[in-house]
Amino acid sequence: MKFWRQPGFWLPVAIVLLWGGAVLALRQDTIRETAFTVLMFVALASSLNILLGYTGYVSFGHIVFFGLGGYTGFYLLSEQGWPLYLAAVAGGLLSALIALLVGLAVLRLRGAYFALATIGINEAARAFVSNFGPFGAATGLFVNFSAYEKYGGASQALWTTFTFLWLTTLAVLVVSFLVKHSRFGLGLLAIREDEDAAMVMGVRAPRAKTITYVISAFFPGIIGTLYFFKNGNVEPGDAFQLHMSIEMLVMVMLGGMGTLLGPILGAVGYQGLRGYLLTSPIFKDLHLAVAGLILLLIILFVPAGAVGWVRHRFRGLSRVLE
Amino acid sequence: MFSQMLSSLTDGLLLGFVYGVAAMGLTLIWGVMSVINLAHGPVIALGMFGTYLLFTHLGVNPYLGLVVVAVFGLALGFVIYGAAVHRVINAPHLSSLLATFSVNMIIIGLGTAIFSTSPQNIDFPLGSVEIGFLTLPVTRLLATVGAVLFTAALYLFLYFTRPGKAIRAVANNRRAAELMGIPSSLVLALSFGLGTMLAAVAGGLISTFFPFTILSGGPYELKSFVICVLGGLGNPLGALLGGLILGGLEGLIPAFMPVSWVPVVEFGLFVLVLLLRPSGLLGAK
Repeated sequence: MKFWRQPGFWLPVAIVLLWGGAVLALRQDTIRETAFTVLMFVALASSLNILLGYTGYVSFGHIVFFGLGGYTGFYLLSEQGWPLYLAAVAGGLLSALIALLVGLAVLRLRGAYFALATIGINEAARAFVSNFGPFGAATGLFVNFSAYEKYGGASQALWTTFTFLWLTTLAVLVVSFLVKHSRFGLGLLAIREDEDAAMVMGVRAPRAKTITYVISAFFPGIIGTLYFFKNGNVEPGDAFQLHMSIEMLVMVMLGGMGTLLGPILGAVGYQGLRGYLLTSPIFKDLHLAVAGLILLLIILFVPAGAVGWVRHRFRGLSRVLE
Repeated sequence: MFSQMLSSLTDGLLLGFVYGVAAMGLTLIWGVMSVINLAHGPVIALGMFGTYLLFTHLGVNPYLGLVVVAVFGLALGFVIYGAAVHRVINAPHLSSLLATFSVNMIIIGLGTAIFSTSPQNIDFPLGSVEIGFLTLPVTRLLATVGAVLFTAALYLFLYFTRPGKAIRAVANNRRAAELMGIPSSLVLALSFGLGTMLAAVAGGLISTFFPFTILSGGPYELKSFVICVLGGLGNPLGALLGGLILGGLEGLIPAFMPVSWVPVVEFGLFVLVLLLRPSGLLGAK
């Protein structure tokens, strides 16, 4: 199958391509900051979707890879003077390595046990980093200002970081599409439907799940490094927020799990809603409650998410909306 | 040194009983309907605030107030089950996890708007008693007594009453229980109610000796996960044992290493148990 001929591939990629390109062309700081946050969630939700959407395994503590990768990348960049690109990739690789070790052990667990284990791993990592000397223990690390100078000052460094995030997001989408349309991906979808039947049919479920877990952990590590480099500091409370982990799940659910476009719509929709609730005079005290209510209604009545719902309603569109 | 360790161990074990009650609520819900209740923490916090409001505004003795809190917790459980859980009870785990999490967000959101997040406490000092070289605060002792009483009551209810037997039947095999004429939806709602009742009671007990905010339930919810897995998901007796183990650890660890390492050990142990013996120390339900 030639993926570059698929409209389902081009639509999401074109959206992100144009969006990032427009931000780079406009060159306004406020637009960049907003786009950074939203694109970051697009990339995080899409990489979680590779595991959640295709295999049906709920990783509740996926943010642990964002945190650990971010810490590693930040440490290499700020304390060891590595260039941003190398440090971010190193952060991603460390996340992938940890996912491999964890996956080999934890993915024997199924369903809810796996979900609980991922929460435990996130909390254990947070508690460990809070006590780990080289990572600054509970106070965290601050960026060494000389690190910015390599990129032509702090303001230019932020633009470089944004470009890198944009490219990472595109990479996540391409990888996600390739996984979904490969033989390997078919095996994953079989696991999602019925793991025992898939194994009988010759899918090596433990291996396939571990590889998927590694892929979906690699990108959050890169994104973590970029995010904390942009912020200029990293601390345990920011890096391992269970809350953010669940927001990622919500975005995938909102847009439609197992689809390429879904996580993009979900992330943009969720961030938009959150922004509206936080600034609206009526809802600002109740924003969490209102967001919870909307989430509940979606889970109860539109469990397939926005893209799933449209695909189901308008069959003709299902080729376009991957 | 030795006496200091012994007294901090006793402290931890007494607290462990209360942890056990909270975890029992979680494990009961899991055992009956395979749902992990992510709204557990906020319900614990509501138990704290229920006790607090009854005490400060109506002057009700906190230990008497617990009975009211328990009834309120039971009713809240029915509401949560009907509104959020019933429709997704047969859906994949993700749905029930997110449905209960959305309840979590709603309660925290409303709670933050109403109570703000400044810490509260119940000013009801009862002094302490000395047994040998041990000095024990009376509030902790009473909390332990309360925890034991509620555990005993739950045991008697589950094993010697008709609704209790119905719950165990549904936990065992829902379809077979339905064929025997047990109204399974009602029984599921009742089990969910009992689970949230235990959470609210645990919250009420904790509020008598620790200050709290609406967000305080979170750590206890995480502890409940650890305890449930230690004792075996779905096994109430295991939850009590797991609570004692966790409480004991919290008492002992500070003697050997800085207090900040306690969660590292706890969650490390949690992951280890999940990997080596996912059915828990006593075996799952």
